[in-house]
Amino acid sequence: MLSGLPPDLGRIILLTLQLATITTLVLLLLATPLAWWLARSPSRWKEVVAAFVSLPIVLPPTVLGFYLLVALGPQGPGGALAGLWGGRTLAFTFEGLVIGSIIYSLPFVVQPVRNAFVAMGDRPLEAAATLRASPWRAFWTVALPMASPGLLTGAILGFAHTIGEFGVVLMIGGNIPGRTRVLSTAIFDYVENSQWREANILAGGMVVFAFAVVLAMIALERRVAGARS
Amino acid sequence: MSGAGLRARFRGRIGEFLLDAAIDAPASGVTALFGPSGCGKTTVLRCVAGLGRMADGSCALGEEVWQDGARFLPTHRRPIGYVFQEASLFPHLSVRRNLVYGAPVGDLAGVAFGYDEVVDLFGLAPFLERSPRNLSGGERQRVALGRALLSQPRLLLMDEPLSALDAAAKEEILPYLERLHARVSLPVVYVTHDMREVERLADHLVLMDKGRVAAAGPLADLLSDPALPFARAREAAVMLDAVVRGHDPHYELLELDVDGGRFLTPAPAGVVGEHRRLKVTASDVSLACNPPGPSSIVNILRARILHATATGPAEMIVVLGLGEGGEGARLLSRLTRRSWETLGLAEDMPVYAQVKSVALARSRGVKES
Repeated sequence: MLSGLPPDLGRIILLTLQLATITTLVLLLLATPLAWWLARSPSRWKEVVAAFVSLPIVLPPTVLGFYLLVALGPQGPGGALAGLWGGRTLAFTFEGLVIGSIIYSLPFVVQPVRNAFVAMGDRPLEAAATLRASPWRAFWTVALPMASPGLLTGAILGFAHTIGEFGVVLMIGGNIPGRTRVLSTAIFDYVENSQWREANILAGGMVVFAFAVVLAMIALERRVAGARS
Repeated sequence: MSGAGLRARFRGRIGEFLLDAAIDAPASGVTALFGPSGCGKTTVLRCVAGLGRMADGSCALGEEVWQDGARFLPTHRRPIGYVFQEASLFPHLSVRRNLVYGAPVGDLAGVAFGYDEVVDLFGLAPFLERSPRNLSGGERQRVALGRALLSQPRLLLMDEPLSALDAAAKEEILPYLERLHARVSLPVVYVTHDMREVERLADHLVLMDKGRVAAAGPLADLLSDPALPFARAREAAVMLDAVVRGHDPHYELLELDVDGGRFLTPAPAGVVGEHRRLKVTASDVSLACNPPGPSSIVNILRARILHATATGPAEMIVVLGLGEGGEGARLLSRLTRRSWETLGLAEDMPVYAQVKSVALARSRGVKES
Protein backbone atom coordinates (compact mmCIF):
# COMPACT_ATOMS: atom_id res chain seq x y z
CA MET A 1 0.00 0.00 0.00
CA LEU A 2 2.56 2.52 1.19
CA SER A 3 4.77 1.83 -1.78
CA GLY A 4 2.02 3.18 -4.01
CA LEU A 5 2.26 6.65 -2.46
CA PRO A 6 4.26 9.43 -4.09
CA PRO A 7 7.84 9.21 -2.79
CA ASP A 8 8.13 12.84 -1.58
CA LEU A 9 4.66 12.88 0.05
CA GLY A 10 6.08 12.82 3.59
CA ARG A 11 8.23 15.89 3.01
CA ILE A 12 5.38 17.75 1.34
CA ILE A 13 2.98 17.09 4.22
CA LEU A 14 5.61 17.94 6.83
CA LEU A 15 6.46 21.22 5.12
CA THR A 16 2.78 22.08 4.75
CA LEU A 17 2.11 21.43 8.44
CA GLN A 18 5.21 23.40 9.43
CA LEU A 19 4.08 26.36 7.35
CA ALA A 20 0.54 26.25 8.70
CA THR A 21 1.64 25.86 12.34
CA ILE A 22 4.18 28.68 12.28
CA THR A 23 1.78 30.94 10.40
CA THR A 24 -1.05 30.23 12.86
CA LEU A 25 1.11 30.90 15.90
CA VAL A 26 2.43 34.18 14.50
CA LEU A 27 -1.10 35.13 13.43
CA LEU A 28 -2.50 34.63 16.93
CA LEU A 29 0.21 36.89 18.36
CA LEU A 30 -0.41 39.50 15.68
CA ALA A 31 -4.16 39.29 15.22
CA THR A 32 -5.16 39.35 18.91
CA PRO A 33 -3.87 42.86 19.71
CA LEU A 34 -5.06 44.08 16.31
CA ALA A 35 -8.53 42.61 16.88
CA TRP A 36 -8.58 44.14 20.39
CA TRP A 37 -7.80 47.55 18.94
CA LEU A 38 -10.39 47.14 16.18
CA ALA A 39 -13.01 46.05 18.73
CA ARG A 40 -12.42 48.73 21.36
CA SER A 41 -10.76 51.77 19.86
CA PRO A 42 -12.95 54.84 19.36
CA SER A 43 -10.65 55.86 16.49
CA ARG A 44 -12.31 56.80 13.21
CA TRP A 45 -9.47 55.15 11.36
CA LYS A 46 -10.17 51.67 12.58
CA GLU A 47 -12.62 50.82 9.79
CA VAL A 48 -9.99 51.90 7.25
CA VAL A 49 -7.51 49.57 8.91
CA ALA A 50 -10.14 46.83 9.08
CA ALA A 51 -10.83 47.20 5.35
CA PHE A 52 -7.11 47.04 4.58
CA VAL A 53 -6.73 43.88 6.67
CA SER A 54 -9.70 42.33 4.86
CA LEU A 55 -8.28 42.97 1.36
CA PRO A 56 -6.91 39.43 0.90
CA ILE A 57 -10.49 38.09 1.07
CA VAL A 58 -11.48 39.89 -2.12
CA LEU A 59 -8.18 40.33 -4.00
CA PRO A 60 -7.23 37.67 -6.56
CA PRO A 61 -4.41 35.66 -4.92
CA THR A 62 -2.24 36.37 -7.93
CA VAL A 63 -2.51 40.12 -7.32
CA LEU A 64 -1.52 39.66 -3.73
CA GLY A 65 1.19 37.25 -4.77
CA PHE A 66 2.57 39.70 -7.31
CA TYR A 67 2.92 42.53 -4.80
CA LEU A 68 4.38 40.16 -2.24
CA LEU A 69 6.89 38.95 -4.80
CA VAL A 70 7.98 42.53 -5.41
CA ALA A 71 8.11 43.29 -1.70
CA LEU A 72 10.01 40.14 -0.78
CA GLY A 73 12.39 40.32 -3.70
CA PRO A 74 15.97 41.70 -3.68
CA GLN A 75 14.75 45.26 -4.41
CA GLY A 76 12.01 45.22 -1.77
CA PRO A 77 12.02 45.37 2.02
CA GLY A 78 12.09 41.57 2.07
CA GLY A 79 15.47 41.66 0.33
CA ALA A 80 16.79 44.10 2.91
CA LEU A 81 15.49 41.84 5.66
CA ALA A 82 17.15 38.81 4.09
CA GLY A 83 20.40 40.81 3.91
CA LEU A 84 20.51 40.72 7.70
CA TRP A 85 21.52 37.07 7.57
CA GLY A 86 23.39 37.22 4.30
CA GLY A 87 20.53 36.31 2.01
CA ARG A 88 19.62 38.12 -1.16
CA THR A 89 15.86 37.71 -1.21
CA LEU A 90 12.92 36.28 0.70
CA ALA A 91 11.11 35.29 -2.47
CA PHE A 92 11.15 31.54 -3.17
CA THR A 93 12.13 30.78 0.43
CA PHE A 94 10.24 29.14 3.28
CA GLU A 95 10.48 32.37 5.32
CA GLY A 96 8.92 34.29 2.44
CA LEU A 97 6.16 31.73 2.31
CA VAL A 98 5.46 32.25 6.02
CA ILE A 99 5.24 36.04 5.57
CA GLY A 100 2.96 35.66 2.56
CA SER A 101 0.70 33.21 4.39
CA ILE A 102 0.45 35.51 7.39
CA ILE A 103 -0.74 38.40 5.26
CA TYR A 104 -3.06 36.20 3.26
CA SER A 105 -4.68 34.53 6.29
CA LEU A 106 -4.74 37.59 8.59
CA PRO A 107 -8.39 38.54 7.98
CA PHE A 108 -9.57 35.01 8.71
CA VAL A 109 -8.07 35.21 12.19
CA VAL A 110 -8.73 38.88 12.96
CA GLN A 111 -12.44 38.70 12.14
CA PRO A 112 -13.57 35.99 14.58
CA VAL A 113 -11.33 37.33 17.36
CA ARG A 114 -12.63 40.86 16.85
CA ASN A 115 -16.21 39.56 16.88
CA ALA A 116 -15.56 37.74 20.13
CA PHE A 117 -14.18 40.90 21.75
CA VAL A 118 -17.13 42.97 20.48
CA ALA A 119 -19.71 40.40 21.62
CA MET A 120 -18.26 40.44 25.12
CA GLY A 121 -19.14 44.12 25.54
CA ASP A 122 -17.73 46.55 28.08
CA ARG A 123 -19.39 45.08 31.14
CA PRO A 124 -16.97 42.25 32.04
CA LEU A 125 -14.04 44.67 31.82
CA GLU A 126 -15.89 47.26 33.89
CA ALA A 127 -16.67 44.62 36.48
CA ALA A 128 -12.99 43.64 36.56
CA ALA A 129 -11.96 47.30 36.98
CA THR A 130 -14.31 47.72 39.95
CA LEU A 131 -12.55 44.68 41.45
CA ARG A 132 -9.16 46.46 41.28
CA ALA A 133 -7.98 44.65 38.14
CA SER A 134 -5.66 46.80 36.03
CA PRO A 135 -6.48 46.92 32.31
CA TRP A 136 -3.57 44.53 31.74
CA ARG A 137 -4.85 42.01 34.29
CA ALA A 138 -8.43 42.37 33.03
CA PHE A 139 -7.24 41.59 29.49
CA TRP A 140 -5.45 38.40 30.51
CA THR A 141 -7.88 37.10 33.12
CA VAL A 142 -11.22 38.19 31.67
CA ALA A 143 -11.11 39.32 28.03
CA LEU A 144 -8.85 36.60 26.68
CA PRO A 145 -10.54 33.63 28.40
CA MET A 146 -13.98 34.94 27.46
CA ALA A 147 -12.88 35.36 23.83
CA SER A 148 -11.25 31.94 23.69
CA PRO A 149 -13.89 30.40 21.40
CA GLY A 150 -13.21 33.23 18.94
CA LEU A 151 -9.46 32.65 19.24
CA LEU A 152 -9.94 28.93 18.58
CA THR A 153 -12.14 29.62 15.56
CA GLY A 154 -9.54 32.08 14.27
CA ALA A 155 -6.75 29.57 14.75
CA ILE A 156 -8.63 26.81 12.91
CA LEU A 157 -9.55 29.13 10.02
CA GLY A 158 -6.01 30.51 9.79
CA PHE A 159 -4.51 27.03 9.81
CA ALA A 160 -6.92 25.70 7.19
CA HIS A 161 -6.55 28.69 4.90
CA THR A 162 -2.78 28.47 5.01
CA ILE A 163 -2.93 24.82 4.01
CA GLY A 164 -5.44 25.52 1.26
CA GLU A 165 -3.82 28.57 -0.33
CA PHE A 166 -2.45 28.06 -3.84
CA GLY A 167 -2.10 31.28 -5.84
CA VAL A 168 0.00 33.27 -3.41
CA VAL A 169 2.16 30.25 -2.59
CA LEU A 170 2.88 29.55 -6.24
CA MET A 171 3.73 33.18 -6.97
CA ILE A 172 6.14 33.73 -4.10
CA GLY A 173 7.21 30.18 -3.32
CA GLY A 174 7.89 28.82 -6.74
CA ASN A 175 7.03 25.22 -5.81
CA ILE A 176 10.61 24.21 -5.03
CA PRO A 177 10.72 20.59 -3.79
CA GLY A 178 11.72 20.34 -0.14
CA ARG A 179 11.69 24.11 0.36
CA THR A 180 8.48 25.63 -0.84
CA ARG A 181 6.52 22.76 -2.35
CA VAL A 182 3.38 22.34 -0.21
CA LEU A 183 0.27 20.21 -0.71
CA SER A 184 -1.68 22.61 -2.87
CA THR A 185 1.17 23.28 -5.29
CA ALA A 186 2.13 19.61 -5.35
CA ILE A 187 -1.35 18.71 -6.60
CA PHE A 188 -0.97 21.25 -9.40
CA ASP A 189 2.37 19.71 -10.24
CA TYR A 190 1.04 16.15 -10.45
CA VAL A 191 -1.84 17.20 -12.65
CA GLU A 192 0.51 19.05 -15.00
CA ASN A 193 2.61 15.90 -15.30
CA SER A 194 -0.48 13.74 -15.78
CA GLN A 195 0.21 11.92 -12.47
CA TRP A 196 -3.51 11.56 -11.84
CA ARG A 197 -3.19 8.86 -9.20
CA GLU A 198 -0.93 10.98 -6.99
CA ALA A 199 -3.09 14.06 -7.52
CA ASN A 200 -6.10 11.98 -6.55
CA ILE A 201 -4.53 10.84 -3.28
CA LEU A 202 -3.58 14.37 -2.22
CA ALA A 203 -6.87 15.91 -3.36
CA GLY A 204 -8.85 13.23 -1.54
CA GLY A 205 -6.80 13.83 1.58
CA MET A 206 -7.53 17.55 1.39
CA VAL A 207 -11.27 16.89 1.11
CA VAL A 208 -11.18 14.75 4.23
CA PHE A 209 -9.14 17.40 6.03
CA ALA A 210 -11.49 20.23 5.00
CA PHE A 211 -14.48 18.19 6.11
CA ALA A 212 -12.88 17.57 9.50
CA VAL A 213 -12.18 21.29 9.91
CA VAL A 214 -15.77 22.30 9.13
CA LEU A 215 -17.08 19.61 11.47
CA ALA A 216 -14.78 20.82 14.24
CA MET A 217 -16.00 24.38 13.76
CA ILE A 218 -19.64 23.34 13.99
CA ALA A 219 -18.98 21.29 17.11
CA LEU A 220 -17.15 24.25 18.65
CA GLU A 221 -19.97 26.66 17.86
CA ARG A 222 -22.53 24.31 19.37
CA ARG A 223 -20.48 23.91 22.52
CA VAL A 224 -20.14 27.68 22.92
CA ALA A 225 -23.83 28.27 22.20
CA GLY A 226 -24.72 25.55 24.71
CA ALA A 227 -22.53 27.10 27.35
CA ARG A 228 -24.08 30.53 26.84
CA SER A 229 -27.71 29.49 27.23
CA MET B 1 -13.90 51.67 62.59
CA SER B 2 -14.62 55.14 61.36
CA GLY B 3 -15.06 55.53 57.65
CA ALA B 4 -15.17 58.53 55.41
CA GLY B 5 -18.09 60.00 53.54
CA LEU B 6 -18.42 60.61 49.83
CA ARG B 7 -18.60 64.05 48.28
CA ALA B 8 -19.13 64.24 44.57
CA ARG B 9 -20.29 66.76 42.02
CA PHE B 10 -20.64 66.32 38.29
CA ARG B 11 -21.69 68.70 35.54
CA GLY B 12 -22.07 67.88 31.90
CA ARG B 13 -24.44 67.06 29.10
CA ILE B 14 -26.06 63.64 28.97
CA GLY B 15 -28.59 63.05 26.21
CA GLU B 16 -30.92 66.01 25.94
CA PHE B 17 -30.43 67.48 29.40
CA LEU B 18 -27.71 68.95 31.51
CA LEU B 19 -26.53 66.95 34.47
CA ASP B 20 -25.59 69.09 37.43
CA ALA B 21 -25.64 67.04 40.60
CA ALA B 22 -23.85 67.23 43.92
CA ILE B 23 -24.11 64.06 45.96
CA ASP B 24 -23.05 63.58 49.56
CA ALA B 25 -23.14 60.18 51.20
CA PRO B 26 -22.46 60.00 54.95
CA ALA B 27 -19.75 57.70 56.28
CA SER B 28 -22.23 54.98 57.14
CA GLY B 29 -25.72 54.00 56.07
CA VAL B 30 -27.45 53.65 52.74
CA THR B 31 -27.89 56.75 50.62
CA ALA B 32 -30.54 56.10 47.99
CA LEU B 33 -30.25 57.92 44.69
CA PHE B 34 -33.90 57.99 43.75
CA GLY B 35 -35.65 59.29 40.66
CA PRO B 36 -37.41 58.34 37.44
CA SER B 37 -35.61 56.40 34.71
CA GLY B 38 -33.25 58.57 32.74
CA CYS B 39 -32.86 61.27 35.40
CA GLY B 40 -29.10 60.74 35.49
CA LYS B 41 -28.71 58.70 38.67
CA THR B 42 -26.84 55.83 37.01
CA THR B 43 -24.60 58.36 35.26
CA VAL B 44 -23.71 59.88 38.62
CA LEU B 45 -22.94 56.46 40.08
CA ARG B 46 -20.73 55.54 37.11
CA CYS B 47 -18.86 58.82 37.45
CA VAL B 48 -18.27 58.12 41.15
CA ALA B 49 -16.82 54.74 40.17
CA GLY B 50 -14.69 56.28 37.43
CA LEU B 51 -16.48 54.16 34.81
CA GLY B 52 -17.80 57.37 33.33
CA ARG B 53 -16.02 60.67 33.24
CA MET B 54 -17.32 64.19 33.18
CA ALA B 55 -14.67 66.79 32.54
CA ASP B 56 -16.35 69.15 34.96
CA GLY B 57 -16.52 67.11 38.12
CA SER B 58 -15.04 66.40 41.48
CA CYS B 59 -15.21 63.35 43.66
CA ALA B 60 -13.61 62.52 46.98
CA LEU B 61 -13.96 59.88 49.65
CA GLY B 62 -13.02 61.58 52.88
CA GLU B 63 -9.62 63.18 52.32
CA GLU B 64 -8.89 61.01 49.31
CA VAL B 65 -9.47 62.91 46.07
CA TRP B 66 -10.44 60.69 43.13
CA GLN B 67 -11.32 63.39 40.66
CA ASP B 68 -10.68 67.09 40.63
CA GLY B 69 -9.69 69.27 37.73
CA ALA B 70 -7.25 67.26 35.65
CA ARG B 71 -6.84 64.63 38.34
CA PHE B 72 -8.70 61.41 37.58
CA LEU B 73 -8.07 58.15 39.36
CA PRO B 74 -8.90 55.16 37.14
CA THR B 75 -11.59 52.78 38.39
CA HIS B 76 -9.22 49.99 39.38
CA ARG B 77 -7.40 52.32 41.78
CA ARG B 78 -10.56 53.36 43.63
CA PRO B 79 -11.45 51.31 46.73
CA ILE B 80 -15.02 50.69 45.65
CA GLY B 81 -17.40 47.80 45.37
CA TYR B 82 -19.84 48.01 42.48
CA VAL B 83 -22.96 45.93 41.95
CA PHE B 84 -24.43 46.22 38.47
CA GLN B 85 -28.03 45.78 37.40
CA GLU B 86 -27.13 42.40 35.93
CA ALA B 87 -24.80 40.44 38.17
CA SER B 88 -22.02 40.57 35.52
CA LEU B 89 -20.22 37.56 36.92
CA PHE B 90 -17.33 36.14 34.92
CA PRO B 91 -18.87 33.18 33.07
CA HIS B 92 -15.55 31.36 32.69
CA LEU B 93 -14.88 31.26 36.43
CA SER B 94 -16.57 29.26 39.17
CA VAL B 95 -18.58 31.06 41.84
CA ARG B 96 -15.67 30.71 44.25
CA ARG B 97 -13.16 32.16 41.81
CA ASN B 98 -15.57 34.97 41.02
CA LEU B 99 -15.79 35.76 44.72
CA VAL B 100 -12.04 35.97 45.25
CA TYR B 101 -11.29 37.75 41.95
CA GLY B 102 -11.05 41.15 43.63
CA ALA B 103 -9.94 39.95 47.05
CA PRO B 104 -6.50 41.07 48.17
CA VAL B 105 -3.90 38.35 47.88
CA GLY B 106 -1.66 37.35 50.75
CA ASP B 107 -2.40 38.02 54.37
CA LEU B 108 -6.16 38.07 54.82
CA ALA B 109 -6.03 38.57 58.57
CA GLY B 110 -7.48 41.87 59.59
CA VAL B 111 -9.51 42.48 56.44
CA ALA B 112 -12.95 43.99 56.98
CA PHE B 113 -14.81 41.21 55.13
CA GLY B 114 -13.56 37.65 55.47
CA TYR B 115 -14.28 34.96 52.91
CA ASP B 116 -16.16 32.66 55.26
CA GLU B 117 -18.18 35.50 56.66
CA VAL B 118 -19.26 36.74 53.23
CA VAL B 119 -20.15 33.21 52.08
CA ASP B 120 -22.26 32.89 55.21
CA LEU B 121 -23.80 36.37 54.96
CA PHE B 122 -25.20 35.73 51.47
CA GLY B 123 -25.80 31.99 51.82
CA LEU B 124 -23.35 31.07 49.05
CA ALA B 125 -22.01 27.81 50.45
CA PRO B 126 -24.23 25.49 48.32
CA PHE B 127 -22.94 26.68 44.95
CA LEU B 128 -19.31 27.70 45.41
CA GLU B 129 -17.97 25.24 42.85
CA ARG B 130 -20.77 25.80 40.34
CA SER B 131 -20.55 27.90 37.20
CA PRO B 132 -22.44 31.22 37.39
CA ARG B 133 -24.33 30.05 34.30
CA ASN B 134 -26.22 27.53 36.40
CA LEU B 135 -27.47 30.02 38.99
CA SER B 136 -30.81 31.81 39.19
CA GLY B 137 -30.91 35.58 38.81
CA GLY B 138 -31.23 36.11 42.55
CA GLU B 139 -28.38 33.74 43.35
CA ARG B 140 -26.15 35.47 40.81
CA GLN B 141 -26.85 38.84 42.36
CA ARG B 142 -25.96 37.44 45.80
CA VAL B 143 -22.62 36.27 44.39
CA ALA B 144 -22.08 39.71 42.87
CA LEU B 145 -22.72 41.31 46.28
CA GLY B 146 -20.27 38.93 47.94
CA ARG B 147 -17.67 39.53 45.25
CA ALA B 148 -17.97 43.29 45.70
CA LEU B 149 -17.57 43.02 49.49
CA LEU B 150 -14.57 40.70 49.29
CA SER B 151 -12.66 43.34 47.34
CA GLN B 152 -12.64 45.17 50.73
CA PRO B 153 -14.31 48.36 49.49
CA ARG B 154 -14.53 51.57 51.46
CA LEU B 155 -17.51 52.69 49.39
CA LEU B 156 -20.21 50.40 48.05
CA LEU B 157 -22.06 51.43 44.90
CA MET B 158 -25.19 49.62 43.76
CA ASP B 159 -26.93 50.35 40.48
CA GLU B 160 -30.52 49.10 40.70
CA PRO B 161 -29.34 45.67 41.81
CA LEU B 162 -32.90 44.31 41.95
CA SER B 163 -34.41 45.80 38.81
CA ALA B 164 -33.45 42.93 36.52
CA LEU B 165 -35.07 40.40 38.86
CA ASP B 166 -38.66 39.19 38.95
CA ALA B 167 -40.85 39.87 41.98
CA ALA B 168 -40.07 36.56 43.68
CA ALA B 169 -36.31 36.97 43.28
CA LYS B 170 -36.56 40.53 44.62
CA GLU B 171 -38.28 39.29 47.76
CA GLU B 172 -35.62 36.60 48.07
CA ILE B 173 -32.74 39.05 47.90
CA LEU B 174 -34.09 41.99 49.94
CA PRO B 175 -33.41 40.23 53.27
CA TYR B 176 -29.78 39.74 52.17
CA LEU B 177 -29.52 43.45 51.42
CA GLU B 178 -30.96 44.20 54.83
CA ARG B 179 -28.39 41.92 56.44
CA LEU B 180 -25.70 43.68 54.46
CA HIS B 181 -27.05 47.02 55.62
CA ALA B 182 -26.95 45.85 59.20
CA ARG B 183 -23.44 44.44 58.88
CA VAL B 184 -21.46 47.10 57.07
CA SER B 185 -20.41 50.45 58.38
CA LEU B 186 -19.32 51.99 55.14
CA PRO B 187 -21.06 54.47 52.89
CA VAL B 188 -23.42 52.78 50.44
CA VAL B 189 -24.89 54.57 47.44
CA TYR B 190 -27.91 52.73 46.12
CA VAL B 191 -29.53 53.75 42.84
CA THR B 192 -33.19 52.82 42.49
CA HIS B 193 -36.51 53.97 41.08
CA ASP B 194 -38.50 51.68 43.37
CA MET B 195 -39.97 53.36 46.44
CA ARG B 196 -40.29 50.02 48.26
CA GLU B 197 -36.53 49.53 48.17
CA VAL B 198 -36.05 53.06 49.48
CA GLU B 199 -38.45 52.39 52.35
CA ARG B 200 -36.73 49.19 53.36
CA LEU B 201 -33.09 50.10 52.84
CA ALA B 202 -32.40 53.80 52.71
CA ASP B 203 -31.25 56.00 55.58
CA HIS B 204 -30.59 59.02 53.42
CA LEU B 205 -32.25 60.06 50.24
CA VAL B 206 -31.13 62.04 47.23
CA LEU B 207 -34.08 62.83 44.99
CA MET B 208 -33.03 63.40 41.40
CA ASP B 209 -35.01 64.83 38.52
CA LYS B 210 -33.80 65.62 35.00
CA GLY B 211 -30.14 65.68 35.92
CA ARG B 212 -30.54 67.77 39.06
CA VAL B 213 -30.81 67.05 42.76
CA ALA B 214 -34.34 68.08 43.74
CA ALA B 215 -33.86 67.32 47.45
CA ALA B 216 -31.43 65.52 49.72
CA GLY B 217 -31.36 64.61 53.39
CA PRO B 218 -32.27 61.97 55.98
CA LEU B 219 -35.06 59.70 54.75
CA ALA B 220 -37.45 60.65 57.57
CA ASP B 221 -37.12 64.36 56.80
CA LEU B 222 -37.73 64.00 53.10
CA LEU B 223 -40.68 61.62 53.40
CA SER B 224 -42.50 64.02 55.72
CA ASP B 225 -41.67 67.21 53.83
CA PRO B 226 -44.98 68.50 52.44
CA ALA B 227 -43.14 70.45 49.75
CA LEU B 228 -41.89 67.21 48.16
CA PRO B 229 -43.91 64.75 46.10
CA PHE B 230 -43.52 61.90 48.67
CA ALA B 231 -45.84 63.41 51.28
CA ARG B 232 -48.36 64.42 48.63
CA ALA B 233 -48.50 61.02 46.98
CA ARG B 234 -51.52 58.72 47.47
CA GLU B 235 -49.38 56.16 49.28
CA ALA B 236 -47.50 58.72 51.41
CA ALA B 237 -45.91 57.14 54.48
CA VAL B 238 -43.17 57.76 57.01
CA MET B 239 -40.52 55.32 58.14
CA LEU B 240 -39.76 55.34 61.85
CA ASP B 241 -36.69 54.04 63.59
CA ALA B 242 -38.02 51.93 66.44
CA VAL B 243 -36.40 50.06 69.31
CA VAL B 244 -37.87 46.84 70.67
CA ARG B 245 -39.01 47.37 74.27
CA GLY B 246 -40.92 44.21 75.02
CA HIS B 247 -43.42 41.64 73.90
CA ASP B 248 -46.89 40.61 75.00
CA PRO B 249 -46.87 36.85 74.46
CA HIS B 250 -50.57 36.49 75.28
CA TYR B 251 -51.67 38.68 72.38
CA GLU B 252 -48.46 38.23 70.36
CA LEU B 253 -47.86 41.98 70.23
CA LEU B 254 -44.45 43.60 69.91
CA GLU B 255 -43.81 46.79 71.87
CA LEU B 256 -41.63 49.34 70.13
CA ASP B 257 -40.40 52.76 71.14
CA VAL B 258 -40.00 55.54 68.64
CA ASP B 259 -38.90 59.07 69.35
CA GLY B 260 -41.90 60.58 71.16
CA GLY B 261 -44.16 57.55 71.44
CA ARG B 262 -44.73 53.82 71.73
CA PHE B 263 -46.30 51.42 69.25
CA LEU B 264 -47.78 47.95 69.52
CA THR B 265 -47.82 45.77 66.47
CA PRO B 266 -48.60 42.10 65.88
CA ALA B 267 -45.22 40.38 65.59
CA PRO B 268 -43.20 37.62 67.23
CA ALA B 269 -40.93 38.51 70.14
CA GLY B 270 -37.71 40.29 69.38
CA VAL B 271 -34.51 41.05 71.25
CA VAL B 272 -34.99 44.03 73.52
CA GLY B 273 -32.95 46.97 72.27
CA GLU B 274 -33.00 45.74 68.68
CA HIS B 275 -33.69 48.36 66.00
CA ARG B 276 -36.62 47.89 63.67
CA ARG B 277 -38.10 50.08 61.00
CA LEU B 278 -41.81 50.90 61.13
CA LYS B 279 -43.86 52.11 58.24
CA VAL B 280 -46.86 54.30 59.00
CA THR B 281 -49.04 55.22 56.04
CA ALA B 282 -50.65 58.66 56.05
CA SER B 283 -54.11 57.29 55.25
CA ASP B 284 -53.93 55.04 58.35
CA VAL B 285 -53.54 58.00 60.70
CA SER B 286 -56.62 59.89 61.89
CA LEU B 287 -56.75 62.76 64.34
CA ALA B 288 -58.82 63.53 67.42
CA CYS B 289 -58.82 66.65 69.59
CA ASN B 290 -59.63 64.86 72.85
CA PRO B 291 -58.47 61.52 74.21
CA PRO B 292 -60.71 59.12 72.30
CA GLY B 293 -63.02 56.76 74.20
CA PRO B 294 -62.77 53.00 74.04
CA SER B 295 -61.66 52.08 70.55
CA SER B 296 -60.42 49.11 68.58
CA ILE B 297 -57.41 51.16 67.58
CA VAL B 298 -54.40 50.03 69.58
CA ASN B 299 -52.01 52.86 68.87
CA ILE B 300 -53.16 56.28 70.00
CA LEU B 301 -50.34 58.76 70.45
CA ARG B 302 -50.06 62.32 71.61
CA ALA B 303 -48.80 64.64 68.91
CA ARG B 304 -48.76 68.22 67.75
CA ILE B 305 -49.70 69.56 64.33
CA LEU B 306 -46.61 71.05 62.76
CA HIS B 307 -47.83 71.80 59.31
CA ALA B 308 -50.84 71.27 57.05
CA THR B 309 -51.30 71.62 53.29
CA ALA B 310 -54.19 70.97 50.97
CA THR B 311 -53.31 68.30 48.42
CA GLY B 312 -56.45 68.85 46.37
CA PRO B 313 -59.94 70.30 46.65
CA ALA B 314 -61.01 67.67 49.18
CA GLU B 315 -57.93 66.47 51.04
CA MET B 316 -55.17 67.70 53.27
CA ILE B 317 -51.87 66.27 54.35
CA VAL B 318 -50.93 67.02 57.95
CA VAL B 319 -47.42 66.74 59.39
CA LEU B 320 -47.39 65.74 63.05
CA GLY B 321 -44.63 65.74 65.60
CA LEU B 322 -44.98 62.93 68.14
CA GLY B 323 -45.08 63.82 71.82
CA GLU B 324 -46.90 66.56 73.64
CA GLY B 325 -44.57 69.26 72.38
CA GLY B 326 -44.29 67.76 68.92
CA GLU B 327 -40.51 67.41 69.13
CA GLY B 328 -40.52 63.65 68.42
CA ALA B 329 -40.56 61.71 65.17
CA ARG B 330 -42.74 62.93 62.32
CA LEU B 331 -45.98 61.30 61.25
CA LEU B 332 -48.17 62.10 58.27
CA SER B 333 -51.92 62.08 58.36
CA ARG B 334 -54.31 62.37 55.45
CA LEU B 335 -57.65 64.05 56.23
CA THR B 336 -60.52 65.55 54.35
CA ARG B 337 -60.63 69.31 54.35
CA ARG B 338 -64.07 68.97 55.87
CA SER B 339 -62.72 67.14 58.94
CA TRP B 340 -59.98 69.71 59.30
CA GLU B 341 -62.55 72.50 59.46
CA THR B 342 -65.21 70.70 61.53
CA LEU B 343 -62.68 69.73 64.17
CA GLY B 344 -61.27 73.25 64.12
CA LEU B 345 -57.73 71.94 63.67
CA ALA B 346 -54.87 74.37 63.29
CA GLU B 347 -51.11 74.32 63.13
CA ASP B 348 -49.35 74.04 66.51
CA MET B 349 -52.40 72.38 68.06
CA PRO B 350 -51.97 69.31 70.30
CA VAL B 351 -53.91 66.30 69.03
CA TYR B 352 -54.27 62.55 69.42
CA ALA B 353 -53.04 60.56 66.46
CA GLN B 354 -54.95 57.29 66.00
CA VAL B 355 -52.83 54.90 64.01
CA LYS B 356 -54.91 52.11 62.47
CA SER B 357 -51.93 50.00 61.48
CA VAL B 358 -48.17 50.01 61.47
CA ALA B 359 -46.00 47.65 59.52
CA LEU B 360 -42.50 46.38 60.19
CA ALA B 361 -40.68 47.51 57.09
CA ARG B 362 -37.41 45.88 57.96
CA SER B 363 -37.69 42.82 60.11
CA ARG B 364 -34.19 41.44 60.45
CA GLY B 365 -32.06 44.54 60.53
CA VAL B 366 -29.93 44.87 63.63
CA LYS B 367 -28.70 48.36 63.13
CA GLU B 368 -26.43 49.93 65.67
CA SER B 369 -26.76 53.65 65.65
